[in-house]
Amino acid sequence: MPGLGTSFGRGGATTFQQDLANADCIVIMGSNTAECHPVGFQWVMEAKDRGAKVIHIDPRFTRTSAVSDLHVPLRAGSDIVFLGAIVNHILSNERDFREYVVSYTNAAAIIDEGFQDTDDLDGLFSGWDAESAAYDPATWQYAGNSGSGDGPGGQGSTDVGADTHGGHGPPTGGHPEMTDPTLQHPRCVYQLLKRHFARYTPELVEELCGVPPHLFAQVADALCENSGRERTSAFCYAVGWTQHTVGVQYIRTASIVQLLLGNIGRPGGGIMALRGHASIQGSTDIPTLYNILPGYLPMPDAETADLDDYVERNAAKTGFWGNMRAYMVSLLKAYWGDAARSDNDFCFDWLPRLTGDHSTYQTMLDMLDGKVRGMFVMGENPAVGSANSKLHRMAMAKLDWLVVRDFSEIESASFWYDGPEIETGEMTTEQIPTEVFLLPAASHTEKDGSFTNTQRMLQWHHKAVEPEGDARSELWFSFHLGRIIRDKLRSSADIDNAKDRPVLDLAWDYPTEGALDEPSAAAVLREINGWGADGKALGGFADLADDGSTACGCWIYCGCYADEVNQTARRKPGQDQNWVAPEWGWAWPANRRILYNRASADPDGKPWSERKRYVWWDEGAGEWTGFDVPDFEKTKRPDYQPPEGAVAQHALAGDDPFIMQADGKGWLFVPNGLKDGPLPAHYEPDESPFHNPLYSQQANPARQRYPRPGNEHNDPDLFPYVMTTYRLTEHHTAGGMSRFVDVLSELQPEFFCEVSPELAAERGLEHGGWATIISSRTAIEARVLVTDRIPPLRVQGRVMHQVGLPYHWGQRGLSTGDSANDLFPLTLDPNVHIQEVKAATCDIRPGRRPRGPALPAMVAEYREGRHG
Amino acid sequence: MAEPVAERVGFFTDTSVCIGCKACEVACKEWNGVPEDGLQWLGTSYDNTGALGASTWRHVAFIERPPAGGVADGAPGVEWLMSSDVCKHCTHAACLDVCPTGSLFRTEFGTVVVQADICNGCGYCVPACPFGVIDKREDDGRAWKCTLCYDRLKDGMTPACAQACPTTSIQFGPLDELRARARQRVASLHSAGRTDARLYGDDPDDGVGGAAAFFLLLDQPEVYGLPSDPVVTTRDLPQMWKAAGRAAAVFAVGVAAAFAGRRR
Repeated sequence: MPGLGTSFGRGGATTFQQDLANADCIVIMGSNTAECHPVGFQWVMEAKDRGAKVIHIDPRFTRTSAVSDLHVPLRAGSDIVFLGAIVNHILSNERDFREYVVSYTNAAAIIDEGFQDTDDLDGLFSGWDAESAAYDPATWQYAGNSGSGDGPGGQGSTDVGADTHGGHGPPTGGHPEMTDPTLQHPRCVYQLLKRHFARYTPELVEELCGVPPHLFAQVADALCENSGRERTSAFCYAVGWTQHTVGVQYIRTASIVQLLLGNIGRPGGGIMALRGHASIQGSTDIPTLYNILPGYLPMPDAETADLDDYVERNAAKTGFWGNMRAYMVSLLKAYWGDAARSDNDFCFDWLPRLTGDHSTYQTMLDMLDGKVRGMFVMGENPAVGSANSKLHRMAMAKLDWLVVRDFSEIESASFWYDGPEIETGEMTTEQIPTEVFLLPAASHTEKDGSFTNTQRMLQWHHKAVEPEGDARSELWFSFHLGRIIRDKLRSSADIDNAKDRPVLDLAWDYPTEGALDEPSAAAVLREINGWGADGKALGGFADLADDGSTACGCWIYCGCYADEVNQTARRKPGQDQNWVAPEWGWAWPANRRILYNRASADPDGKPWSERKRYVWWDEGAGEWTGFDVPDFEKTKRPDYQPPEGAVAQHALAGDDPFIMQADGKGWLFVPNGLKDGPLPAHYEPDESPFHNPLYSQQANPARQRYPRPGNEHNDPDLFPYVMTTYRLTEHHTAGGMSRFVDVLSELQPEFFCEVSPELAAERGLEHGGWATIISSRTAIEARVLVTDRIPPLRVQGRVMHQVGLPYHWGQRGLSTGDSANDLFPLTLDPNVHIQEVKAATCDIRPGRRPRGPALPAMVAEYREGRHG
Repeated sequence: MAEPVAERVGFFTDTSVCIGCKACEVACKEWNGVPEDGLQWLGTSYDNTGALGASTWRHVAFIERPPAGGVADGAPGVEWLMSSDVCKHCTHAACLDVCPTGSLFRTEFGTVVVQADICNGCGYCVPACPFGVIDKREDDGRAWKCTLCYDRLKDGMTPACAQACPTTSIQFGPLDELRARARQRVASLHSAGRTDARLYGDDPDDGVGGAAAFFLLLDQPEVYGLPSDPVVTTRDLPQMWKAAGRAAAVFAVGVAAAFAGRRR
């Protein structure tokens, strides 16, 4: 989550859902909170009941819009224009919370004189290298700071810059050398912002988003009126923002809005990143990603020589990332136990090295090209859930072996005999070499473990019943697979083969329990928490050492097992504690519920207002106190000034609330860490029926495109409509947990598309009938739901129609249908390699799609403009 | 009705905060073991449940329509009402009145429950319900409907639907408390400008003597598929029996007279 990470320092929601109740205004954008997070939505309803204004900005009128005070329909893919115009509104009317902005953000920092903006370069920032299609951020640095040179994550290594700093602000040269607290210097961030966003006007919003000025004004006014000392506003977003080729910059724009309005670190404020399902936050904290290690530690690249070099390249000198060595050494101790010693660099050399992009989509393309032999699919259904899922199915058919662990035989396990390509003849079962192993998985009620939910909170669940039959937990599967592999290696002839040592020397000694030899999930959590030289559980990440005396599986989770107690299993009722409810589960880091909460007090440590009191300095006690755990060193005085040469957190002043950033400030302007620019700029989606009137640079120059057979891109003249995907309350993502359950399936028993009455009339679509939706990739069919909830908009002087496509379906289960993701191209955001499935182009026509080989034939006709 | 032994309880369903998540439908089916009853896509907004029935004890209605106050420039031309319907557990319950086996009975909580092991499937209750709630299952022929989670109530628990509702649209509690709370809610909505808010089924003087499951609606009940003025279908039974009695008496007199005349 580099959008939040680079802006504030950590890649997680800055607040918690219960705190939304304290907001005076909530803007929900890129999220359909009521439908996708119905339980958390109770706090939005609570805020509304207390008088907050709830605004939903979305192409569709959803169940969220239905209970909001205001719904603003906008064109999918135009959010930066809308948010940028809010930035412009704030700056040109001086509605920013000036004292907060000057003290807590990098507004005053003066940027390198070589920096050139998109207005100077027609849509590019300075540093663009057309040949490598990448930016060199050297000119984005603070003027006078050694900047990128100081932290080699920057200069000259943009190929890994954002990849390896997915979760946090990457190194810069600490506090800016040159600042102008009056915010007048032409190269100070404040003035750069002002110039950059000057073209983002309400008129542009009308032209590009299709939102009339009076609706835009209502949003801008509501946000400004409900921000400041006495009031706070919150943003909620989800994958409606992330799944774009400029998705990270969407979140960046909202971060700028919230920093300018002084809404970060304060109750009722913040940016609530709503993660997709139960433990998606956990899956980046303890990552299933290729480019980071637990706790957002960067994955070493191939050029990293050793541990010292790793720390030198990646750790900021100042801020809490200054302790990266302690976090890394403790992780290595957790991995390799006694084998990790100071005289062998704590086995650092055994870590794999990055040589390039190995994200999920790149790996799929490698599969397609025959470079990958085997694959494990756990808790995922790529045959339905991935962009261009057809290509994914074709790729899986190239594997030697495939292991699918799920509750039922999902499409990813059955594509080889009943997938859509079998019917069209594009695949033949007999010619697919893939050996597929389907292993039954235990559900969450059948195993112990923790979820890390959307607000960084770990919650323990206890096993209620034993799994049925051969079903087993992921923990059981992974542990015993590792055990058996180790046994095999140990008994092999190559016992001395050095390449096996990283596996053989792993600390793989979890106690097992019960008849199934289930590894103790509590023991795993305790390892994640870590222990000291005495073997006792650590209390928090401040205890971590870089000398090998501590082991910790994920430094940000350190403290979740403090005092030998599973803190994540706490369930003290809310009414028995203060409203923050710190004894309900456990949140990282250090059980802090609102991040950067030092900013809830003014620079002197006093609450900005009585109404928005949260964490403050208690002069008598000489410490920070309040309703939450202070996200700050407890006894660091508000007037503390770092001495010359101070490092890590000691280099941050008493009024530097963003403690993970090298300069302790919220970043309005990101000098380092993003692959597509230090400021957000509007680029059209990769597939758009409109031109970008701002710059001749039509789409994000750094986006990742993969033109190849099976991933053809739409000619904008041939595919006139915008399509967007989304979820319904009744189903769960790619359907593996809902389409096979009768009482859920009957609630949404069939795939449907949503179109406006106007589009239905234009294309002859009949309500309740069938439609065929076509892109260059394939065509799918859906039942037609004609509704005013997806209104046509006026964009660039003409009427624009959008087609809504819930993406849950596949050919299996009780509730079946074609997969919407089959239609979408594989085009990715450069920072996080996420697919653009929230905006692309399509055509739609009445009736069912052709069967058999006629389907690809028709798609080819459309692609090439030969259709009638 | 007989005086309940325990406090009379019920549901206050506040549709102004319903988000249409259908958690009530799912929780009801899961807890009560109610089977799936149809995988048909209905095309009626997001409602694929259709109506209450033998195997649908909670039903969330979705009503899409132009905004009551007209369409402002650029604003959506739609309003989306959602409402979770359920058995009303009437004070004067016709289903109970007509049940010949005693399968339907009034519980100690004032609720109306079918006892599946007694029901003989005669079906008299089905047309008796003025709301069309109770129905017979095709496969076993017996009548089924919401029990207000009688088993949970006996254990001091909240009914499954109310427990699952994330926004407290479905509130469970003693009926008197709920009615007071509902009146306050209407007042606060009115003062916030939502003058269309009204209660439905809360009035003890209405045609069913007031419902234990009543609603806060944002429009006329017909908009939600609810009868505007439900009347217990057995209301006129006493009169009907009296009339029938009178007719029988007259008939008997006539017959007697006829026989008497013959003797003459």
